[in-house]
Amino acid sequence: MNVEQVFREERGRLLATLVKRFGDLDLAEEVTSDAIEAALEHWPVDGVPDRPGAWLLTTARRKAVDRLRRDRVHAARLALLQVEVDRADPRVADGLPDERLELFFTCAHPALAEEDRGALVLRCLAGFTTPEVARAYLVPVTTMQQRIVRAKKKIKEARIPFRVPDPHELPERLPGVLQAVYSIFTEGYAARRDDLAEEAIRLARILQSLLPDREVTGLLALMLLVHARREARAELLEDQDRTLWDRDLVTEGSALAERALTGGFGPYGVQAAINALHDEAPDFASTDWPQIVALYDVLRKLSPSPVVALNRAAAVAMRDGAAAGLALLDALADEPRLRDYHPYRAARADLLHRLGRTDEAARACREAIALAGTEAEQDLLRRRLAVIEGRS
Amino acid sequence: MKYMLMIYAAADQQANCTVEDWIAYEKEMKDAGVLVSGHSLADLVTATTVQVGQDGRRTVTDGPFAETREVLGGYDVIDVPDLDAALEWAAKCPGSRDGGAVVVRPIAEF
Repeated sequence: MNVEQVFREERGRLLATLVKRFGDLDLAEEVTSDAIEAALEHWPVDGVPDRPGAWLLTTARRKAVDRLRRDRVHAARLALLQVEVDRADPRVADGLPDERLELFFTCAHPALAEEDRGALVLRCLAGFTTPEVARAYLVPVTTMQQRIVRAKKKIKEARIPFRVPDPHELPERLPGVLQAVYSIFTEGYAARRDDLAEEAIRLARILQSLLPDREVTGLLALMLLVHARREARAELLEDQDRTLWDRDLVTEGSALAERALTGGFGPYGVQAAINALHDEAPDFASTDWPQIVALYDVLRKLSPSPVVALNRAAAVAMRDGAAAGLALLDALADEPRLRDYHPYRAARADLLHRLGRTDEAARACREAIALAGTEAEQDLLRRRLAVIEGRS
Repeated sequence: MKYMLMIYAAADQQANCTVEDWIAYEKEMKDAGVLVSGHSLADLVTATTVQVGQDGRRTVTDGPFAETREVLGGYDVIDVPDLDAALEWAAKCPGSRDGGAVVVRPIAEF
């Protein structure tokens, strides 16, 4: 293992351990950085130690003592910390204890703004710097800096605890953690940043190893199955070159999706299963549409939303014909959340086109182009428009 | 750590919570040893606002009256280990139900 890989593996884990010890995220972050800096200095010369995690932890604790000695405000904590450092931790003999699950739940605590949770997860568990987090969420560095400072102030001053919720609290708390990780993935997907999508997958793998809950498994499966299509995603699903799909990820994701739906349903597991059916189909037309519609029916019950209704309508169009799908889409016309949602217009354009209603299809497609947020989406829709108008 | 639970009852509340619910809630906090102090406030029409200007002059006005849907109807100060514990108590408060809300604020430590 090279030095960089070691840091990637150990940073989040080290930070979690130190937050647990000190109960102070800022101090933990500072000494984590100190320890890594020290490692960068020593390891290239002395070689990577046998137990890099334990080395980093010992170094970080010493740095913490140094910092607290200099800082009178924290002086009161020194006595406590000294005891911690002097006492050999038996768990460290086998490497670092893993307290990252606690850190996940702190970063994605419901008392924090939803938009800040993914950012904190990236920063604390993926080891991103603030500018890297800012780039991930496409906001200016100063904005992200302010958001992170504000969120950390709240963690500290409102005393958001560093703990794994009790089993009876999990149904309320876990979705926030999953949403934070998934938001990293969707940001990466929208911005065509494979590194970000892969970071989200890596975080989900860590989460799954610490908490093998069905929905954690479902989230991991969903991301793998969507990421499997990354090389082909410049086209709509129906036009994608399926030989470009990543078969290894499809195999792994499908197996996980099956596990996620064994003995119960959760929204991520169901979405994973829908994507598994897409990924396993030899082509668009022979996809198992009845099964996909059935899964959307389940999803609609688990987490009703206009977007789910839209996707279901598109699947119904494949199962029962374009007219049936269009009737469902038109019934959604007054949904406020779909009014400015370009995939809704694009789906209408597609069905109108299939029904031979060319003028209406072209109008819907132009509306979609006007609403699309990114250049890539607009480009794709312009090519659709050319097809609708018979220009290609 | 001390937190203030500020209880904002919705104007049209009262649907499902009774005086007994409030008494039981207070008793539960006392039995758990977390209650520092707490009061419910008299009707908003009895409120009076005082402001002192830069010239030292006092302005006293009737009100304020409810401009928003929710009105501060009472508060409890509790002493618990962390925010999760405070949120648990807030969720148990009868004032958090039926369109009401409880705002949890840490008491500043100096």
